Amino acid sequence: MNRIFQKPGNAIQWFDPRGRQLGYLAFILNRITGMGLALYLLLHLIMLGKLAQGPQAYNSFIETVHHPVFIFGELLVIFAALIHGLNGLRIILTSFGIGVEKHKPLFTVLMIAALVSGVYFAARMIAR
Amino acid sequence: MSEKWSLHIEVQRQKGKEQPHFDRFDLEISPEATVLDAVEMIWAFKDRSLCFGHACHHSTCGACGMRVNGVEKLTCITLISEVTQNGGTLRLQPLRNLPVISDLVVDLTPLYHRMAEVKHPSVHPVEENEGVASQQIAQAGKSNNPYTRLADCIECGLCISVCPAAMTSPAYIGPAVLAGAQLAVVMDEHVCAIVDTQNGVWRCHSAYECSEVCPSHVQPAQRIMQLRRHLLSQRIRRFFGLQSLHQRKQ
Repeated sequence: MNRIFQKPGNAIQWFDPRGRQLGYLAFILNRITGMGLALYLLLHLIMLGKLAQGPQAYNSFIETVHHPVFIFGELLVIFAALIHGLNGLRIILTSFGIGVEKHKPLFTVLMIAALVSGVYFAARMIAR
Repeated sequence: MSEKWSLHIEVQRQKGKEQPHFDRFDLEISPEATVLDAVEMIWAFKDRSLCFGHACHHSTCGACGMRVNGVEKLTCITLISEVTQNGGTLRLQPLRNLPVISDLVVDLTPLYHRMAEVKHPSVHPVEENEGVASQQIAQAGKSNNPYTRLADCIECGLCISVCPAAMTSPAYIGPAVLAGAQLAVVMDEHVCAIVDTQNGVWRCHSAYECSEVCPSHVQPAQRIMQLRRHLLSQRIRRFFGLQSLHQRKQ
């Protein structure tokens, strides 16, 4: 017998997808996108706060966000909003007892819809 | 002579208030043996201080629930060949979200108490799609003597261990109890008062993993959703001043 001094993890367990099924992956995805959107909301409010510093401060900030890194960030926000919103729709439906037995195909269809819509938005943003 | 696999088995150990750690055992065992067989071999031949729960060995008592490589399993019906390969590693841990008594044994007392509180029926009427000829069931129903069957839930606690909502709050009454309540709720308004709370049916985060790990196919998640639907309809009826379904039955 060998003793291994390794403390079993616990904080990360919420987000551990190993050995889990589609419903749990949907749960993880909803948490990650939810936290991402909350962070975006905070950044958005900070950006709006620039308005209080006058038009010059606001305009210079807007210049900065035209950088490709920020555009990529905006794309992530769009994808997160689509995934979170459509996954939320699945939760609402099943919570009313609608489509409970079909929650997995429902999730798959809604995520395909999120992906297609996200790609459409991305194409439009890049073409701009 | 039957085939033997060489396995490394890591068992999470914890006695009293000591920090949990893993002990590693090397074992030769048949791939057709169960994980519980492996645990019993460790206890019999390697370490007699190992604590684990077991009784029936055929998935009726619900005592041998553990996490096998991170996934909740009833170890008496989980074959070695299903969870690892020759030369592989098996990591055994106690169920989560329940207090550890010792090593692989957790305290399921809160589950038993809550099951009693929601009046989980040990038998319930057979439904038409449950394998008995529907005509017979219909006739039995008319004669006020419906067929009954034992409830599926074996109170093993796997659903509590896998539930992310149970991880966030020990006050959450859990999937097994809510599924038990779903069987009782049409009969009893008192049960509604227990489950129609923040730590009841509304804390579920719809991960559906409880239904995936349930060895008895109770489908707790689906029952929770049915319970939500029932409670919502009760609320709507109350809002419009209509009689509740319970009152109508009485």
